[in-house]
Amino acid sequence: MKMKRVDYVSTTNACKLCKPLGACLAFRGIEGAAPMLHGSQGCATYMRRYIISHFREPMDIASSSLGEKHAVYGGGQNLKQGLKNVMNKFGAGLIGVATTCLTETIGDDVPMIIREFRKEMEEAGGGVKPPPLVYVSTPSYSGTHMEGFHAAVRAVADQLCTDNCLCADPERKFVNLLPGFLSPADLRHLKEIVDDFGLGCVMLPDISDTLDGPALEDYEKIPAGGTPISEIRRMGSGGATFEFGHTLEGSLTAGMILRERFGVTLHQLGIPIGLRETEAFFKRLEQVSGIPTPEKHELEKGRLVDSYVDAHKYLFGKRAVVYGEEDLVIALTAFLVEIGIKPVLCASGGRSGRLASCIKRVTDGFSETAQVVEEGADFYKIEELCEGLAPDLLVGHSKGYRLSKKLGVPLVRVGFPIHDRFGAQRTLHAGYRGTQMLLDRIVNAVLEKAQEDSPIGYGYL
Amino acid sequence: MAPSKTNSAIENESIDPNELKAELVAKYPTKVGRKRAKQIVVNKVGECGEVPEIGANARTIPGIITQRGCSYAGCKGVVLGPTRDIVNLTHGPIGCGFYSWLTRRNQTRPDGPEDANFMTYCFSTDLQDEDIVFGGEKKLRQAIREIYENFKPKAIGIFSTCPVGLIGDDVHAVAREMKEELGINIFGFSCEGYKGVSQSAGHHIANNGLFTHVVGLDDTVREGKFKINLLGEYNIGGDAFELERIFDEAGITLVATFSGNSSYDQFANSHTADLNTIMCHRSINYVAEMMEKKFGIPWIKVNFIGAGSTAKSLRKIANYFEDEELIERVEKLIGEEMVEVEKVRLEIKSRCEGKLAMLFVGGSRAHHYQDLFSEIGMKTVAAGYEFAHRDDYEGRGVLPDIKIDADSRNIEELEVEADPERYSPRKSEEALERLEAKGFRFKDYDGMMPEMESGTMIIDDISQYETEKMIEVYKPDIFCAGIKEKFAIQKKGIPMKQLHSYDSGGPYAGFKGAINFWREIDRMVNSKVWGYMKAPWQKAPELTATYAWE
Repeated sequence: MKMKRVDYVSTTNACKLCKPLGACLAFRGIEGAAPMLHGSQGCATYMRRYIISHFREPMDIASSSLGEKHAVYGGGQNLKQGLKNVMNKFGAGLIGVATTCLTETIGDDVPMIIREFRKEMEEAGGGVKPPPLVYVSTPSYSGTHMEGFHAAVRAVADQLCTDNCLCADPERKFVNLLPGFLSPADLRHLKEIVDDFGLGCVMLPDISDTLDGPALEDYEKIPAGGTPISEIRRMGSGGATFEFGHTLEGSLTAGMILRERFGVTLHQLGIPIGLRETEAFFKRLEQVSGIPTPEKHELEKGRLVDSYVDAHKYLFGKRAVVYGEEDLVIALTAFLVEIGIKPVLCASGGRSGRLASCIKRVTDGFSETAQVVEEGADFYKIEELCEGLAPDLLVGHSKGYRLSKKLGVPLVRVGFPIHDRFGAQRTLHAGYRGTQMLLDRIVNAVLEKAQEDSPIGYGYL
Repeated sequence: MAPSKTNSAIENESIDPNELKAELVAKYPTKVGRKRAKQIVVNKVGECGEVPEIGANARTIPGIITQRGCSYAGCKGVVLGPTRDIVNLTHGPIGCGFYSWLTRRNQTRPDGPEDANFMTYCFSTDLQDEDIVFGGEKKLRQAIREIYENFKPKAIGIFSTCPVGLIGDDVHAVAREMKEELGINIFGFSCEGYKGVSQSAGHHIANNGLFTHVVGLDDTVREGKFKINLLGEYNIGGDAFELERIFDEAGITLVATFSGNSSYDQFANSHTADLNTIMCHRSINYVAEMMEKKFGIPWIKVNFIGAGSTAKSLRKIANYFEDEELIERVEKLIGEEMVEVEKVRLEIKSRCEGKLAMLFVGGSRAHHYQDLFSEIGMKTVAAGYEFAHRDDYEGRGVLPDIKIDADSRNIEELEVEADPERYSPRKSEEALERLEAKGFRFKDYDGMMPEMESGTMIIDDISQYETEKMIEVYKPDIFCAGIKEKFAIQKKGIPMKQLHSYDSGGPYAGFKGAINFWREIDRMVNSKVWGYMKAPWQKAPELTATYAWE
């Protein structure tokens, strides 16, 4: 591995977003849920506009709208008033409250405020019962949007899966799937796969409909879809939990809570992109369901392998820079080495401390392992590291466009945010089918580049 | 073919706005309802243009899903964002800097390939746990040094986010210290997100900072007979380029724009102009006021949104300079430009006349864009600002009556005095009297409401619930707001135009901009794509009477 150059204190062109954004995304994947940020209203506005421009779907995030006075005296009253308004106006089935750097810095005790709120609502009578209120601590000065996402999922499991008697299901015919932050298309495909194994599936969170909804005759204030709360409550009686993300191993996750509390077997896997990571997922499904992989998926796998061979002449020896969320980078790297591309640089704004070891593990046995792995990277650093690495393509989200333009190499858009292309919410990456589509996009990007670089208009490559 | 009245226009004649207001307010708890009742006004224009009072610039009610942003967004994102060669360094955790990373679609044109353009960059101190505990000043100093080493900018602005004020980092002291150390201009902004009630507070903070630290640093007087500044123009979608073209052809010299397509040097030199013209009154009137006091530059309100308004504003500038040659040149330019404008306008008017628009955006756009709609025969039935103050609604006449609340008091008002050497009134007393006798008005902003019809609805800081209700009752043909509202409104089958970032379009300012805008509106309101999506009341008319949440 290459020596690091200067370690900058400042961040220039960040390669990560902030923690509460991830929490809001996760809450959006619960049926009837309204995400709410306890802090200054700008946070909700900024995050909404960012999520909306990626998904091209409505995304409401309520705010407790704290001002200077509340920054001094505390924001409890605002949070209570906000909760009441969200209940009344949206009929929310769940309110997910995430904190921000403002309320974390002033030290608002949100669990206590919520307890007080519940009590006050009860005492007020009138038969109005607040919906489940889930709280997660997401100071933006600690971790990235992915830590916020996982923290929210964990908080949901921790605060809703509390009832032991719900675990009396001897059949355990369904599995829990904790997919992390994937595209709505990916989530739909994952549900299809689990279903094809004859298993029921509680996927938490599930943004496949809430952030990729159809045109409707009647607009819904809170979009249909998402994981039903009743389903979340019975996750403790699931037959197994699948949790995606190698960097999560060893930390307290929703999957761990379900295992500790209810004895649900936990399968922590990588995001199923690429042949081997997808295969690992299918193998575990075979074990859990007791049935072999259905032919439909075997065929998709067969076609994928076939296309790996076909693509090889175009891709072999190509050099890629991969960046984005850590677990996505790990999955993409595992895939790239399979198709003969050398991942010359794998970078993430995250700092799990596990990126390099996880990449080493998923590329084990391949000669073309990652050359440089950089945690806590920003695009300035990525650009510096690119010097001398001579990449042929970039794989990551829209924020790498400037670099792609500067280097004159194609950018294959994967991850979040994508706001300079159409259809991010419908882009499939997961499973054999998703890997196939990603492979096609990569090959075509390479072909297009070769074609454009040639002074002759060759139409046959 | 005579323009036919659209269904929506016929139906809405039967809407009683007072009843609707009562209904909107009734949905809230009593205290909230009382507050909203002040911010929802049925317009009534008196003979002398007097209008009812509206509640504005008041704190947003928690949990109602507001359109508003924060002070940081107004300061860093809006006012300083469009300047290409000042490095904007966000002091705080990563989110704020990331979310304001060129998301407003501001454009810029550096003079040459060697000239700095930092607009595609996002600089942040990315504060971490330990910085919150032990303070972030050390990190800030180091970040400034690194930026200087790597980019050698002319100036660095430091923008404070929420935790900065709370942990007590003194960005101004660090700025002074680093300015001395590095020898470039460095200045801080205390624009923490919790300050003020909306991004409007941030505009004010930005204006104060620019005026204190940059305006007046370079006394070079540029060539040009008619020198103006354009204030409150942010070059969304290339608006500034079209306006620069027009000024150029009219022979008017643009010294500085605050801040579309602007540079540090323009700001430093802006006090040498002879007239300040204001587009967005809300975001920048402070700078004009201060420049008049300190340097003697008068200011006027202009509006370059709408072809007629553009012509009117150009004439106003020409009249100010009282120069026959300029007046003639401006008339000639207007005459030439209007040929194509009129052709397109009449064609589009034949398809759009009678259709209804709603505008809920910004601090000036909800007003200015009404001109573009009325020029093609579309009526604005309801409008409101996201972050404006009473004077933007009712006109500057109400300024003495505006009560200063605690939130506004926390935003510093600079004490400005005439510069002992450089103050020079651009017009003599006599000239001012002469102009005023001819009906010329300085510092003239009448606000949005006097220009809207009686019976139209004005809603300040509209909530999502109110938005939905307004759409269901009025069934507008187009709704204008921002991207946060876009997809919710489109799901209802209503065309939605983004007036913050212009969707992917623009320019919409000036003559060519008007043509662009009309073509787009024509395409949007007459597109067949909406036929695939029926609005609820089109499929089931009874829905106009009952609502899902009732």
